[in-house]
Amino acid sequence: MNTLSASKTHAISSLPLDSGQVLESAQIAYETYGELNSDACNAILICHALTGDQYVASTHPITGKPGWWERMVGPGKPIDTDRFYVICANVIGSCMGSSGPAAAGPDGKPYAMRFPVITVRDMVRGLVALLDGLGIEQLHTVVGGSMGGMQALSLAANWPERAARVLVIASTARHSAQNIAFHEVGRQAIMADPAWADGDYYASGVSPDNGLAVARMAAHITYLSEEGLTAKFGRRLQDRSSKSFGFDADFQIESYLRYQGSGFTQRFDANSYLYITRAMDYFDLAEEHGGKLADAFAGTSARFCLVSFDTDWLYPTAESRHIVHALNAAGAKVSFVELSAPNGHDSFLLEHDELDRVVRGFVA
Amino acid sequence: MTTKSSSDLRPDLAAIAAHVDPDSRVLDIGCGDGDLMGVLEAEKGCDARGLELDAALVGRCVARGLSVVQGDANTDLANYPDKAFDYAILSQTLQTATRPDLMLDELLRVGRRAFVSFPNFAHWRTRTALLLGGRMPVTRALPVSWYATDNIHHVTVEDFRDLAKAKRAQIERAWFFADERAIGPFGANWRAEFAVFELSR
Repeated sequence: MNTLSASKTHAISSLPLDSGQVLESAQIAYETYGELNSDACNAILICHALTGDQYVASTHPITGKPGWWERMVGPGKPIDTDRFYVICANVIGSCMGSSGPAAAGPDGKPYAMRFPVITVRDMVRGLVALLDGLGIEQLHTVVGGSMGGMQALSLAANWPERAARVLVIASTARHSAQNIAFHEVGRQAIMADPAWADGDYYASGVSPDNGLAVARMAAHITYLSEEGLTAKFGRRLQDRSSKSFGFDADFQIESYLRYQGSGFTQRFDANSYLYITRAMDYFDLAEEHGGKLADAFAGTSARFCLVSFDTDWLYPTAESRHIVHALNAAGAKVSFVELSAPNGHDSFLLEHDELDRVVRGFVA
Repeated sequence: MTTKSSSDLRPDLAAIAAHVDPDSRVLDIGCGDGDLMGVLEAEKGCDARGLELDAALVGRCVARGLSVVQGDANTDLANYPDKAFDYAILSQTLQTATRPDLMLDELLRVGRRAFVSFPNFAHWRTRTALLLGGRMPVTRALPVSWYATDNIHHVTVEDFRDLAKAKRAQIERAWFFADERAIGPFGANWRAEFAVFELSR
Protein backbone atom coordinates (compact mmCIF):
# COMPACT_ATOMS: atom_id res chain seq x y z
CA MET A 1 0.00 0.00 0.00
CA ASN A 2 1.24 3.40 -1.02
CA THR A 3 0.09 6.70 0.49
CA LEU A 4 1.42 8.79 -2.37
CA SER A 5 -0.91 11.69 -3.13
CA ALA A 6 -0.43 14.60 -5.45
CA SER A 7 -3.62 16.31 -4.30
CA LYS A 8 -3.99 19.76 -2.82
CA THR A 9 -4.19 19.72 0.98
CA HIS A 10 -5.95 21.80 3.59
CA ALA A 11 -4.51 22.00 7.11
CA ILE A 12 -6.87 21.93 10.11
CA SER A 13 -5.08 23.02 13.27
CA SER A 14 -7.38 21.03 15.53
CA LEU A 15 -10.44 18.93 14.77
CA PRO A 16 -12.76 18.08 17.69
CA LEU A 17 -14.20 14.57 17.43
CA ASP A 18 -17.42 12.87 18.60
CA SER A 19 -15.35 10.63 20.89
CA GLY A 20 -14.31 13.69 22.88
CA GLN A 21 -10.78 13.49 21.56
CA VAL A 22 -9.22 16.19 19.40
CA LEU A 23 -7.24 15.49 16.25
CA GLU A 24 -4.38 18.00 16.22
CA SER A 25 -2.73 19.16 13.00
CA ALA A 26 -5.15 17.33 10.75
CA GLN A 27 -4.95 17.42 6.98
CA ILE A 28 -7.50 16.97 4.20
CA ALA A 29 -6.40 16.06 0.68
CA TYR A 30 -8.78 17.14 -2.06
CA GLU A 31 -9.27 17.60 -5.78
CA THR A 32 -11.32 20.29 -7.51
CA TYR A 33 -12.73 20.52 -11.01
CA GLY A 34 -14.16 23.59 -12.77
CA GLU A 35 -14.10 27.17 -11.55
CA LEU A 36 -15.64 28.72 -8.45
CA ASN A 37 -17.76 31.70 -9.52
CA SER A 38 -17.40 35.16 -8.00
CA ASP A 39 -20.16 34.76 -5.42
CA ALA A 40 -19.05 31.20 -4.58
CA CYS A 41 -22.52 29.73 -5.17
CA ASN A 42 -21.73 27.05 -7.77
CA ALA A 43 -19.83 24.59 -5.58
CA ILE A 44 -20.81 20.93 -5.50
CA LEU A 45 -19.23 18.70 -2.88
CA ILE A 46 -19.04 15.03 -3.78
CA CYS A 47 -18.59 12.70 -0.83
CA HIS A 48 -16.90 9.39 -1.52
CA ALA A 49 -17.77 5.89 -0.35
CA LEU A 50 -15.88 3.58 2.04
CA THR A 51 -12.95 2.78 -0.21
CA GLY A 52 -13.29 5.79 -2.49
CA ASP A 53 -11.06 8.82 -2.64
CA GLN A 54 -10.80 12.35 -3.98
CA TYR A 55 -10.08 11.21 -7.54
CA VAL A 56 -13.71 11.39 -8.61
CA ALA A 57 -12.97 12.61 -12.12
CA SER A 58 -9.22 12.34 -12.52
CA THR A 59 -6.76 9.49 -12.88
CA HIS A 60 -5.94 7.60 -9.71
CA PRO A 61 -2.23 8.13 -8.97
CA ILE A 62 -1.63 4.53 -7.83
CA THR A 63 -3.83 2.42 -10.06
CA GLY A 64 -3.71 4.70 -13.10
CA LYS A 65 -7.44 4.05 -13.55
CA PRO A 66 -9.94 6.79 -14.50
CA GLY A 67 -11.76 8.66 -11.74
CA TRP A 68 -14.40 6.61 -9.92
CA TRP A 69 -17.36 8.68 -11.16
CA GLU A 70 -16.09 10.09 -14.46
CA ARG A 71 -19.28 9.06 -16.17
CA MET A 72 -21.18 11.45 -13.86
CA VAL A 73 -18.67 14.29 -13.35
CA GLY A 74 -16.96 16.30 -16.07
CA PRO A 75 -17.58 18.81 -18.85
CA GLY A 76 -21.13 18.32 -20.17
CA LYS A 77 -21.76 15.43 -17.75
CA PRO A 78 -24.76 15.39 -15.36
CA ILE A 79 -22.56 17.11 -12.77
CA ASP A 80 -21.17 19.56 -15.28
CA THR A 81 -17.74 20.95 -14.47
CA ASP A 82 -18.28 23.68 -17.09
CA ARG A 83 -20.97 25.06 -14.75
CA PHE A 84 -20.02 23.83 -11.31
CA TYR A 85 -16.97 23.95 -9.10
CA VAL A 86 -16.74 20.34 -7.98
CA ILE A 87 -14.87 19.44 -4.81
CA CYS A 88 -14.05 15.91 -3.72
CA ALA A 89 -11.98 15.32 -0.59
CA ASN A 90 -10.45 12.23 0.93
CA VAL A 91 -12.23 11.67 4.26
CA ILE A 92 -10.48 11.81 7.61
CA GLY A 93 -9.44 8.25 8.49
CA SER A 94 -8.71 7.30 4.90
CA CYS A 95 -5.32 6.89 3.27
CA MET A 96 -5.01 9.05 0.17
CA GLY A 97 -3.40 12.09 1.77
CA SER A 98 -5.89 12.97 4.53
CA SER A 99 -5.18 12.31 8.19
CA GLY A 100 -5.64 8.66 9.03
CA PRO A 101 -3.95 5.77 10.80
CA ALA A 102 -1.23 5.54 8.13
CA ALA A 103 -0.34 9.23 8.46
CA ALA A 104 2.36 10.49 10.80
CA GLY A 105 1.24 11.31 14.31
CA PRO A 106 2.74 14.01 16.55
CA ASP A 107 5.89 11.95 17.13
CA GLY A 108 6.52 11.55 13.40
CA LYS A 109 5.64 7.83 13.39
CA PRO A 110 2.41 6.55 11.80
CA TYR A 111 -0.58 6.83 14.13
CA ALA A 112 -1.58 3.19 13.55
CA MET A 113 -4.09 2.28 16.29
CA ARG A 114 -3.30 5.46 18.19
CA PHE A 115 -5.47 7.26 15.62
CA PRO A 116 -8.72 8.21 17.37
CA VAL A 117 -11.90 6.34 16.43
CA ILE A 118 -13.87 8.65 14.19
CA THR A 119 -17.50 8.93 13.09
CA VAL A 120 -19.23 9.95 9.88
CA ARG A 121 -19.97 13.29 11.55
CA ASP A 122 -16.24 13.72 12.23
CA MET A 123 -15.55 13.12 8.54
CA VAL A 124 -18.08 15.84 7.74
CA ARG A 125 -16.48 18.18 10.32
CA GLY A 126 -13.31 17.81 8.28
CA LEU A 127 -15.19 18.56 5.07
CA VAL A 128 -16.83 21.64 6.61
CA ALA A 129 -13.40 22.88 7.69
CA LEU A 130 -12.28 22.47 4.08
CA LEU A 131 -15.31 24.45 2.84
CA ASP A 132 -14.42 27.19 5.32
CA GLY A 133 -10.90 27.17 3.95
CA LEU A 134 -12.17 27.45 0.38
CA GLY A 135 -14.49 30.33 1.30
CA ILE A 136 -17.68 28.41 0.48
CA GLU A 137 -20.52 29.29 2.83
CA GLN A 138 -23.23 27.34 1.08
CA LEU A 139 -22.86 24.49 -1.36
CA HIS A 140 -25.07 24.44 -4.42
CA THR A 141 -25.36 20.69 -3.79
CA VAL A 142 -23.82 18.02 -1.63
CA VAL A 143 -23.84 14.62 -3.35
CA GLY A 144 -22.95 11.19 -2.11
CA GLY A 145 -23.51 7.52 -2.79
CA SER A 146 -23.32 4.82 -0.11
CA MET A 147 -21.08 6.18 2.72
CA GLY A 148 -20.97 9.40 0.72
CA GLY A 149 -24.74 9.60 1.15
CA MET A 150 -24.31 9.23 4.92
CA GLN A 151 -21.95 12.23 4.85
CA ALA A 152 -24.43 14.24 2.76
CA LEU A 153 -27.20 13.42 5.28
CA SER A 154 -24.94 14.25 8.20
CA LEU A 155 -24.02 17.60 6.64
CA ALA A 156 -27.70 18.37 6.04
CA ALA A 157 -28.65 17.45 9.60
CA ASN A 158 -25.77 19.06 11.47
CA TRP A 159 -24.85 22.02 9.24
CA PRO A 160 -28.22 22.67 7.56
CA GLU A 161 -27.20 26.07 6.19
CA ARG A 162 -24.19 24.65 4.34
CA ALA A 163 -26.00 22.96 1.42
CA ALA A 164 -28.98 24.15 -0.65
CA ARG A 165 -29.50 20.72 -2.22
CA VAL A 166 -28.78 17.27 -0.85
CA LEU A 167 -28.53 14.28 -3.19
CA VAL A 168 -28.29 10.89 -1.49
CA ILE A 169 -27.85 7.76 -3.61
CA ALA A 170 -28.02 4.14 -2.44
CA SER A 171 -27.52 5.06 1.18
CA THR A 172 -29.02 4.81 4.65
CA ALA A 173 -29.52 6.84 7.82
CA ARG A 174 -28.21 4.02 10.02
CA HIS A 175 -26.23 0.83 9.77
CA SER A 176 -28.34 -2.27 10.27
CA ALA A 177 -27.26 -5.37 12.18
CA GLN A 178 -26.57 -7.05 8.83
CA ASN A 179 -24.43 -4.11 7.67
CA ILE A 180 -22.44 -4.22 10.90
CA ALA A 181 -22.12 -8.00 10.62
CA PHE A 182 -20.48 -7.89 7.20
CA HIS A 183 -18.10 -5.17 8.34
CA GLU A 184 -17.16 -7.18 11.40
CA VAL A 185 -16.23 -10.13 9.16
CA GLY A 186 -13.92 -7.80 7.27
CA ARG A 187 -12.33 -6.37 10.38
CA GLN A 188 -11.78 -9.80 11.90
CA ALA A 189 -10.15 -10.98 8.67
CA ILE A 190 -7.68 -8.09 8.88
CA MET A 191 -6.98 -8.51 12.58
CA ALA A 192 -6.55 -12.29 12.18
CA ASP A 193 -3.74 -11.72 9.69
CA PRO A 194 -0.42 -12.11 11.62
CA ALA A 195 1.01 -9.29 9.53
CA TRP A 196 -1.53 -6.91 11.09
CA ALA A 197 0.62 -6.94 14.26
CA ASP A 198 -1.92 -4.99 16.33
CA GLY A 199 -1.99 -2.40 13.58
CA ASP A 200 1.69 -1.56 13.95
CA TYR A 201 2.90 -2.87 10.59
CA TYR A 202 4.02 0.28 8.79
CA ALA A 203 7.74 -0.02 9.66
CA SER A 204 7.91 -3.79 9.02
CA GLY A 205 7.48 -3.56 5.28
CA VAL A 206 4.83 -6.29 5.48
CA SER A 207 1.19 -5.27 5.61
CA PRO A 208 -1.84 -7.48 6.31
CA ASP A 209 -2.70 -7.82 2.65
CA ASN A 210 -4.22 -11.29 3.01
CA GLY A 211 -6.63 -10.13 5.68
CA LEU A 212 -7.49 -6.93 3.81
CA ALA A 213 -8.09 -8.89 0.60
CA VAL A 214 -10.54 -11.23 2.37
CA ALA A 215 -12.29 -8.21 3.88
CA ARG A 216 -12.64 -6.72 0.42
CA MET A 217 -13.89 -10.01 -1.05
CA ALA A 218 -16.63 -10.34 1.57
CA ALA A 219 -17.65 -6.70 1.17
CA HIS A 220 -17.57 -6.88 -2.60
CA ILE A 221 -20.26 -9.59 -2.57
CA THR A 222 -22.55 -7.17 -0.72
CA TYR A 223 -22.08 -4.57 -3.47
CA LEU A 224 -23.42 -6.93 -6.16
CA SER A 225 -26.67 -8.78 -6.66
CA GLU A 226 -27.31 -12.48 -7.07
CA GLU A 227 -28.88 -11.70 -10.44
CA GLY A 228 -25.79 -9.72 -11.48
CA LEU A 229 -23.38 -12.41 -10.30
CA THR A 230 -25.33 -15.13 -12.08
CA ALA A 231 -25.40 -13.14 -15.29
CA LYS A 232 -21.71 -12.26 -15.15
CA PHE A 233 -20.23 -15.54 -13.85
CA GLY A 234 -22.87 -18.21 -13.36
CA ARG A 235 -21.10 -21.48 -12.53
CA ARG A 236 -18.56 -20.98 -15.30
CA LEU A 237 -15.06 -22.30 -14.71
CA GLN A 238 -11.93 -20.15 -14.88
CA ASP A 239 -9.47 -21.09 -17.68
CA ARG A 240 -10.20 -24.78 -17.34
CA SER A 241 -12.60 -27.32 -18.75
CA SER A 242 -13.23 -29.33 -15.58
CA LYS A 243 -13.08 -28.99 -11.82
CA SER A 244 -9.59 -29.42 -10.36
CA PHE A 245 -10.65 -31.32 -7.24
CA GLY A 246 -8.53 -28.88 -5.32
CA PHE A 247 -8.81 -25.40 -3.88
CA ASP A 248 -7.62 -23.31 -6.76
CA ALA A 249 -9.96 -20.68 -8.10
CA ASP A 250 -11.91 -23.16 -10.23
CA PHE A 251 -14.88 -20.86 -10.68
CA GLN A 252 -14.79 -17.50 -12.42
CA ILE A 253 -16.43 -15.86 -9.44
CA GLU A 254 -13.61 -17.09 -7.19
CA SER A 255 -10.99 -15.76 -9.55
CA TYR A 256 -12.82 -12.45 -9.81
CA LEU A 257 -13.08 -12.00 -6.04
CA ARG A 258 -9.40 -12.89 -5.55
CA TYR A 259 -8.47 -10.33 -8.18
CA GLN A 260 -10.67 -7.69 -6.53
CA GLY A 261 -9.16 -8.49 -3.14
CA SER A 262 -5.52 -8.37 -4.15
CA GLY A 263 -5.96 -5.31 -6.35
CA PHE A 264 -7.52 -3.49 -3.42
CA THR A 265 -4.49 -4.02 -1.17
CA GLN A 266 -2.36 -2.05 -3.64
CA ARG A 267 -4.29 1.12 -2.96
CA PHE A 268 -5.81 0.87 0.50
CA ASP A 269 -4.52 0.77 4.05
CA ALA A 270 -5.85 -2.03 6.27
CA ASN A 271 -6.09 0.17 9.35
CA SER A 272 -8.05 2.78 7.38
CA TYR A 273 -10.46 -0.02 6.50
CA LEU A 274 -10.92 -0.75 10.22
CA TYR A 275 -11.49 2.90 11.13
CA ILE A 276 -13.86 3.75 8.30
CA THR A 277 -16.00 0.62 8.66
CA ARG A 278 -16.24 1.44 12.39
CA ALA A 279 -17.42 4.96 11.58
CA MET A 280 -20.09 3.57 9.28
CA ASP A 281 -21.23 1.04 11.89
CA TYR A 282 -21.55 3.82 14.47
CA PHE A 283 -23.67 5.88 12.05
CA ASP A 284 -27.25 6.36 13.26
CA LEU A 285 -28.50 9.81 12.34
CA ALA A 286 -31.67 9.48 14.45
CA GLU A 287 -29.67 8.54 17.55
CA GLU A 288 -27.65 11.74 17.17
CA HIS A 289 -30.92 13.70 17.27
CA GLY A 290 -32.79 12.29 20.22
CA GLY A 291 -33.93 9.08 18.53
CA LYS A 292 -36.28 10.66 16.00
CA LEU A 293 -34.98 10.93 12.46
CA ALA A 294 -37.44 13.69 11.54
CA ASP A 295 -35.88 15.85 14.27
CA ALA A 296 -32.51 15.57 12.49
CA PHE A 297 -34.01 17.61 9.65
CA ALA A 298 -36.29 19.98 11.62
CA GLY A 299 -36.42 23.41 10.04
CA THR A 300 -34.27 22.49 7.04
CA SER A 301 -34.77 24.60 3.93
CA ALA A 302 -32.65 22.37 1.68
CA ARG A 303 -34.12 20.38 -1.20
CA PHE A 304 -33.49 16.66 -0.94
CA CYS A 305 -33.38 13.92 -3.52
CA LEU A 306 -32.96 10.27 -2.64
CA VAL A 307 -32.34 7.46 -5.08
CA SER A 308 -32.30 3.72 -4.39
CA PHE A 309 -31.85 0.67 -6.60
CA ASP A 310 -34.25 -2.25 -6.59
CA THR A 311 -31.50 -4.91 -6.40
CA ASP A 312 -29.46 -3.16 -3.66
CA TRP A 313 -29.66 -5.43 -0.62
CA LEU A 314 -26.88 -3.61 1.26
CA TYR A 315 -28.90 -0.40 1.64
CA PRO A 316 -32.30 -1.48 0.33
CA THR A 317 -35.06 0.86 -0.82
CA ALA A 318 -36.76 0.61 2.58
CA GLU A 319 -33.82 2.52 4.11
CA SER A 320 -34.25 5.37 1.64
CA ARG A 321 -38.01 5.41 2.22
CA HIS A 322 -37.36 5.64 5.96
CA ILE A 323 -35.37 8.83 5.31
CA VAL A 324 -38.04 10.16 2.93
CA HIS A 325 -40.76 9.66 5.56
CA ALA A 326 -38.66 11.56 8.10
CA LEU A 327 -38.10 14.39 5.63
CA ASN A 328 -41.84 14.49 4.87
CA ALA A 329 -42.60 14.65 8.57
CA ALA A 330 -40.12 17.51 8.87
CA GLY A 331 -41.86 19.29 5.98
CA ALA A 332 -38.71 19.22 3.83
CA LYS A 333 -38.79 19.37 0.05
CA VAL A 334 -37.95 15.84 -0.95
CA SER A 335 -37.93 13.71 -4.05
CA PHE A 336 -37.40 9.99 -4.10
CA VAL A 337 -37.14 7.40 -6.81
CA GLU A 338 -36.31 3.72 -6.80
CA LEU A 339 -34.49 2.89 -10.01
CA SER A 340 -34.38 -0.51 -11.59
CA ALA A 341 -30.86 -1.86 -12.14
CA PRO A 342 -29.43 -5.37 -12.21
CA ASN A 343 -26.17 -4.75 -10.36
CA GLY A 344 -27.14 -4.22 -6.72
CA HIS A 345 -25.51 -1.55 -4.58
CA ASP A 346 -22.76 -0.89 -7.14
CA SER A 347 -25.40 0.31 -9.62
CA PHE A 348 -24.82 3.91 -8.56
CA LEU A 349 -21.33 3.77 -10.05
CA LEU A 350 -22.36 2.11 -13.29
CA GLU A 351 -24.02 3.16 -16.53
CA HIS A 352 -27.63 4.20 -15.81
CA ASP A 353 -29.37 6.71 -18.06
CA GLU A 354 -32.26 7.27 -15.66
CA LEU A 355 -29.85 8.05 -12.81
CA ASP A 356 -28.05 10.51 -15.08
CA ARG A 357 -31.34 12.25 -15.88
CA VAL A 358 -32.35 12.48 -12.23
CA VAL A 359 -28.95 13.83 -11.16
CA ARG A 360 -28.78 16.31 -14.04
CA GLY A 361 -32.31 17.52 -13.34
CA PHE A 362 -31.85 17.80 -9.60
CA VAL A 363 -28.66 19.86 -9.76
CA ALA A 364 -29.91 22.03 -12.65
CA MET B 1 -37.39 21.03 -19.36
CA THR B 2 -40.74 22.29 -20.55
CA THR B 3 -43.21 24.08 -18.35
CA LYS B 4 -46.82 24.07 -19.40
CA SER B 5 -49.06 27.01 -18.60
CA SER B 6 -52.48 26.56 -17.03
CA SER B 7 -54.14 26.88 -20.45
CA ASP B 8 -52.36 23.70 -21.64
CA LEU B 9 -53.63 21.57 -18.77
CA ARG B 10 -56.25 18.85 -19.00
CA PRO B 11 -59.63 20.52 -18.19
CA ASP B 12 -60.02 18.92 -14.74
CA LEU B 13 -56.46 19.95 -13.80
CA ALA B 14 -57.04 23.47 -15.16
CA ALA B 15 -60.14 23.76 -12.95
CA ILE B 16 -58.13 22.66 -9.93
CA ALA B 17 -55.25 25.00 -10.78
CA ALA B 18 -57.67 27.91 -11.11
CA HIS B 19 -59.17 27.35 -7.66
CA VAL B 20 -56.12 26.62 -5.51
CA ASP B 21 -55.29 29.62 -3.33
CA PRO B 22 -51.96 31.29 -4.17
CA ASP B 23 -48.94 30.50 -1.98
CA SER B 24 -50.58 27.41 -0.49
CA ARG B 25 -49.00 24.06 0.32
CA VAL B 26 -50.22 21.35 -2.03
CA LEU B 27 -49.82 17.58 -2.26
CA ASP B 28 -50.57 16.19 -5.73
CA ILE B 29 -51.29 12.48 -5.38
CA GLY B 30 -50.71 10.61 -8.61
CA CYS B 31 -48.97 13.69 -10.02
CA GLY B 32 -47.89 12.01 -13.28
CA ASP B 33 -45.20 14.01 -15.01
CA GLY B 34 -45.90 17.02 -12.82
CA ASP B 35 -47.84 19.31 -15.18
CA LEU B 36 -50.25 20.52 -12.49
CA MET B 37 -47.46 20.93 -9.92
CA GLY B 38 -45.43 22.94 -12.41
CA VAL B 39 -48.33 25.32 -13.03
CA LEU B 40 -49.10 25.68 -9.31
CA GLU B 41 -45.47 26.54 -8.54
CA ALA B 42 -44.93 28.86 -11.52
CA GLU B 43 -48.27 30.67 -11.62
CA LYS B 44 -49.58 30.44 -8.05
CA GLY B 45 -46.39 30.48 -6.00
CA CYS B 46 -47.44 27.24 -4.33
CA ASP B 47 -45.17 24.88 -2.45
CA ALA B 48 -46.13 21.71 -4.31
CA ARG B 49 -45.17 18.14 -3.48
CA GLY B 50 -46.06 15.06 -5.45
CA LEU B 51 -46.60 11.34 -4.96
CA GLU B 52 -46.35 9.08 -8.01
CA LEU B 53 -46.10 5.32 -8.44
CA ASP B 54 -44.33 5.20 -11.81
CA ALA B 55 -40.53 5.56 -11.47
CA ALA B 56 -40.10 6.94 -14.98
CA LEU B 57 -42.65 9.70 -14.29
CA VAL B 58 -40.98 10.50 -10.96
CA GLY B 59 -37.66 10.81 -12.78
CA ARG B 60 -39.22 13.29 -15.20
CA CYS B 61 -40.62 15.33 -12.32
CA VAL B 62 -37.27 15.45 -10.52
CA ALA B 63 -35.60 16.47 -13.77
CA ARG B 64 -38.07 19.41 -13.90
CA GLY B 65 -37.05 20.49 -10.41
CA LEU B 66 -40.24 19.26 -8.72
CA SER B 67 -40.30 17.51 -5.34
CA VAL B 68 -41.90 14.15 -6.02
CA VAL B 69 -41.72 10.94 -4.02
CA GLN B 70 -42.18 7.57 -5.64
CA GLY B 71 -44.80 5.72 -3.69
CA ASP B 72 -48.19 4.08 -3.56
CA ALA B 73 -51.09 6.33 -2.61
CA ASN B 74 -52.89 3.32 -1.13
CA THR B 75 -50.27 2.98 1.61
CA ASP B 76 -47.91 5.93 1.66
CA LEU B 77 -50.27 8.77 2.57
CA ALA B 78 -50.02 7.42 6.11
CA ASN B 79 -46.49 8.84 6.25
CA TYR B 80 -47.63 12.45 5.99
CA PRO B 81 -48.52 14.37 9.14
CA ASP B 82 -52.08 15.64 9.80
CA LYS B 83 -52.97 18.83 7.92
CA ALA B 84 -49.48 19.03 6.44
CA PHE B 85 -50.98 20.61 3.32
CA ASP B 86 -53.57 23.25 2.49
CA TYR B 87 -54.75 21.04 -0.38
CA ALA B 88 -54.51 17.34 -1.18
CA ILE B 89 -55.22 16.72 -4.86
CA LEU B 90 -56.27 13.37 -6.29
CA SER B 91 -56.85 13.61 -10.02
CA GLN B 92 -58.32 10.62 -11.83
CA THR B 93 -56.85 8.22 -9.30
CA LEU B 94 -59.74 7.63 -6.86
CA GLN B 95 -61.28 4.96 -9.08
CA THR B 96 -57.96 3.06 -9.11
CA ALA B 97 -57.61 2.98 -5.31
CA THR B 98 -57.83 -0.27 -3.38
CA ARG B 99 -60.25 1.45 -0.99
CA PRO B 100 -61.42 4.82 -2.30
CA ASP B 101 -63.32 5.50 0.94
CA LEU B 102 -60.18 5.14 3.04
CA MET B 103 -58.19 7.19 0.57
CA LEU B 104 -60.74 9.99 0.91
CA ASP B 105 -60.22 9.89 4.68
CA GLU B 106 -56.48 10.17 4.17
CA LEU B 107 -56.86 13.10 1.75
CA LEU B 108 -58.89 15.01 4.32
CA ARG B 109 -56.42 14.12 7.05
CA VAL B 110 -53.26 15.35 5.30
CA GLY B 111 -54.96 18.31 3.59
CA ARG B 112 -57.23 21.01 5.00
CA ARG B 113 -59.09 20.73 1.73
CA ALA B 114 -59.12 18.17 -1.06
CA PHE B 115 -59.71 18.25 -4.79
CA VAL B 116 -60.87 14.96 -6.29
CA SER B 117 -61.44 14.38 -10.00
CA PHE B 118 -62.72 11.20 -11.63
CA PRO B 119 -64.42 9.89 -14.78
CA ASN B 120 -68.18 9.67 -14.25
CA PHE B 121 -69.36 6.11 -14.96
CA ALA B 122 -72.96 7.32 -15.24
CA HIS B 123 -72.29 9.51 -18.29
CA TRP B 124 -74.89 8.82 -20.96
CA ARG B 125 -72.34 7.28 -23.32
CA THR B 126 -71.29 4.75 -20.70
CA ARG B 127 -74.91 3.99 -19.82
CA THR B 128 -75.83 3.55 -23.47
CA ALA B 129 -72.85 1.30 -24.15
CA LEU B 130 -73.79 -0.97 -21.27
CA LEU B 131 -77.55 -0.86 -21.88
CA LEU B 132 -77.46 -1.44 -25.61
CA GLY B 133 -74.14 -3.26 -26.02
CA GLY B 134 -74.45 -5.40 -22.90
CA ARG B 135 -70.71 -5.21 -22.41
CA MET B 136 -68.45 -3.18 -20.10
CA PRO B 137 -68.24 0.21 -21.79
CA VAL B 138 -65.15 1.31 -23.68
CA THR B 139 -65.62 5.01 -24.33
CA ARG B 140 -63.60 8.14 -24.94
CA ALA B 141 -63.45 8.83 -21.21
CA LEU B 142 -62.85 5.16 -20.32
CA PRO B 143 -60.79 3.84 -23.21
CA VAL B 144 -59.41 0.62 -21.68
CA SER B 145 -61.11 -2.80 -21.69
CA TRP B 146 -62.46 -4.20 -18.43
CA TYR B 147 -59.63 -6.73 -18.10
CA ALA B 148 -56.81 -4.22 -18.52
CA THR B 149 -58.17 -1.08 -16.90
CA ASP B 150 -56.65 0.39 -13.73
CA ASN B 151 -60.14 1.59 -12.82
CA ILE B 152 -61.17 -1.06 -10.33
CA HIS B 153 -63.76 1.04 -8.53
CA HIS B 154 -65.97 2.78 -11.07
CA VAL B 155 -67.85 5.67 -9.55
CA THR B 156 -70.58 8.09 -10.57
CA VAL B 157 -71.22 11.70 -9.61
CA GLU B 158 -74.07 10.61 -7.32
CA ASP B 159 -72.01 7.79 -5.80
CA PHE B 160 -69.35 10.33 -4.93
CA ARG B 161 -71.85 12.70 -3.35
CA ASP B 162 -73.11 9.78 -1.22
CA LEU B 163 -69.56 8.86 -0.17
CA ALA B 164 -68.79 12.45 0.78
CA LYS B 165 -71.95 12.57 2.88
CA ALA B 166 -71.16 9.27 4.57
CA LYS B 167 -67.68 10.56 5.34
CA ARG B 168 -69.11 13.85 6.66
CA ALA B 169 -67.03 15.67 4.06
CA GLN B 170 -68.38 19.04 2.98
CA ILE B 171 -68.64 19.54 -0.80
CA GLU B 172 -67.41 23.11 -1.22
CA ARG B 173 -67.58 23.34 -4.98
CA ALA B 174 -67.93 21.04 -7.99
CA TRP B 175 -67.09 21.33 -11.69
CA PHE B 176 -68.22 19.12 -14.54
CA PHE B 177 -66.79 18.49 -17.99
CA ALA B 178 -67.93 16.94 -21.25
CA ASP B 179 -66.19 17.05 -24.63
CA GLU B 180 -63.19 18.80 -23.00
CA ARG B 181 -65.42 21.71 -21.94
CA ALA B 182 -66.94 22.83 -18.67
CA ILE B 183 -70.69 22.22 -18.38
CA GLY B 184 -73.23 23.36 -15.80
CA PRO B 185 -74.24 21.22 -12.81
CA PHE B 186 -77.72 20.47 -14.15
CA GLY B 187 -78.06 16.75 -14.85
CA ALA B 188 -74.36 16.27 -14.25
CA ASN B 189 -74.73 12.59 -13.46
CA TRP B 190 -75.97 12.08 -17.02
CA ARG B 191 -74.03 14.76 -18.83
CA ALA B 192 -70.58 14.89 -17.25
CA GLU B 193 -67.70 12.76 -18.55
CA PHE B 194 -65.49 14.03 -15.76
CA ALA B 195 -66.17 15.64 -12.39
CA VAL B 196 -64.04 17.66 -9.97
CA PHE B 197 -65.06 18.13 -6.35
CA GLU B 198 -63.54 20.39 -3.73
CA LEU B 199 -64.03 18.99 -0.23
CA SER B 200 -63.36 19.98 3.33
CA ARG B 201 -64.04 18.51 6.76
